[in-house]
Amino acid sequence: MVEAIIFYMLAAVVLVSGTAVILSRNPVHSVLWLILAFFNSAGLFLLLGAEFLAMLLVIVYVGAVAVLFLFVVMMLDIDFASLRAGFVSYLPFGLILAGLLAGELIVAAGAAAVIGPPAGAPPTPVLTSMAGISNTEAIGALLYTRYVYVFQGAGMILLTAMIGAIVLTHRSRGGVKRQNIARQVARQPGEAVRITKPKVGEGVEL
Amino acid sequence: MVDAFQQSFLGPVLGYIVAYTLLILAIVLPVLIGVAYAVYADRKIWAAAQMRRGPNVVGPWGLLQSFADGLKVFLKETIIPAGANKGVFLLAPMITFTLALVGWAVVPFSPSLVLADINVGILYIFAVSSLGVYGIIMSGWASNSKYPFIGGLRSAAQMVSYEVSIGFIVICVVLWANSFNLNTIVMAQKGTILGFINMNLFNPLLFPMAIMFLISALAETNRPPFDLPEAEAELVAGYQTEYSSMSFALFWLGEYGAILLMCALMSVLFLGGYLPPFELEFLYWVPGIIWLLLKIAFMFFVFAWIFATVPRYRYDQLMRLGWKVFLPVSLFWVFLVSGYLMFVTPGHFQ
Repeated sequence: MVEAIIFYMLAAVVLVSGTAVILSRNPVHSVLWLILAFFNSAGLFLLLGAEFLAMLLVIVYVGAVAVLFLFVVMMLDIDFASLRAGFVSYLPFGLILAGLLAGELIVAAGAAAVIGPPAGAPPTPVLTSMAGISNTEAIGALLYTRYVYVFQGAGMILLTAMIGAIVLTHRSRGGVKRQNIARQVARQPGEAVRITKPKVGEGVEL
Repeated sequence: MVDAFQQSFLGPVLGYIVAYTLLILAIVLPVLIGVAYAVYADRKIWAAAQMRRGPNVVGPWGLLQSFADGLKVFLKETIIPAGANKGVFLLAPMITFTLALVGWAVVPFSPSLVLADINVGILYIFAVSSLGVYGIIMSGWASNSKYPFIGGLRSAAQMVSYEVSIGFIVICVVLWANSFNLNTIVMAQKGTILGFINMNLFNPLLFPMAIMFLISALAETNRPPFDLPEAEAELVAGYQTEYSSMSFALFWLGEYGAILLMCALMSVLFLGGYLPPFELEFLYWVPGIIWLLLKIAFMFFVFAWIFATVPRYRYDQLMRLGWKVFLPVSLFWVFLVSGYLMFVTPGHFQ
């Protein structure tokens, strides 16, 4: 009973904040609503007993990805008129996309009901030796044994994407002054400070 | 205690709510009083470092100074700038304040004295501290003014940078203790050095990580020498420039709450938490919570000491330290610790 109440509370907040992401006029508000949606999805994970995934969702998406979103969106100089200009021309395309996604969801849910395990049956564990260990250990044991190549492959793809983004956007500009940290650290007080005793009316020669 | 409330006249649901509300208050109120005295201690330590007296007028030895300041701030007028984004502007200090308090839910004060003894306690604290950036970035943006905005941007970049290295440092300790649970991490430090010292700090493999954690914690909580988000010489007061009255006080409380939480985390991860420093029978007569509070107080003294003695970093130096020094070193250390553990754990090379 209590679980159901908490589920509907979290799910309602996810839906409302998800809707608010696309409805709010101000992009910064959109990102903030998105963060609320992430946060409540983490709550849904907790309700499923997947505490490790919930914490990772908060740490990675809310703590890092969304901060960068916010960082970029805050610095944009947004012209609200031009944002709303293409609304009518994009509307059919958006509606088709939404219909497609909704259809896929319905088909997927229907397929799960037809071929999946009967409702109410306990989920079958992936590895039989996993009974009674925490889900952090279970994820680790699966990720580094059965799915190790997929896992490493995903890492490689991310690394490639990261290097690609840097290579594409990096341009070396001439005439840039650079800090030489080794020289700054090696600097001694003797060469930085000079004590002079000028007489009255005389300046100091530099 | 929860069982007793559930079996009383309140019934299971109401009893549960009342019992947990009381338990949460039992943590939050001491933390808030602790924050008030942390501010006092901070000012006294800086004063001592600069050969001044510090606050000494309100109450004996100035002990009530923080409460007088709190009352003063409470009675002032709340000013909201006309150009500010009102909702976000008011939400930001509340978020900062709340996040500084929720982290304490998983801190083990003694083997049984912990509100939520969850499996992923350390990840929970890490998640809470990574959320702390939102209070600052939101206040910076919502103020609609250039100094807070620059402060907010600086803070976002700084906290995201140092979170990465904090993550790797925490992973080293987690590998050593073989658990994300804070209670298990503390117990894994029992007699860890020669069967006598109960601290990860004196473990030669983890000692560099402890130092890096201290420095990263300073950067994560925007404490000097890394207080660039509120650098008064450049940005007036950074992200809190436009705040007044209670909304300013919430920032103030939240900031010190986060600092105390970082001190507690440092104590739990590296100083043995509620365990006495040495494995001697008579030291166990002192309750665990006293040891933890002493360690937190010591760490706070170190924070204040650094404040009083170290000049502020330049922004490019701060970024260089985070990305070019701490990130590679802490990543290398994860490999080092896991490699060592693979060699010493029986059953890996057979």
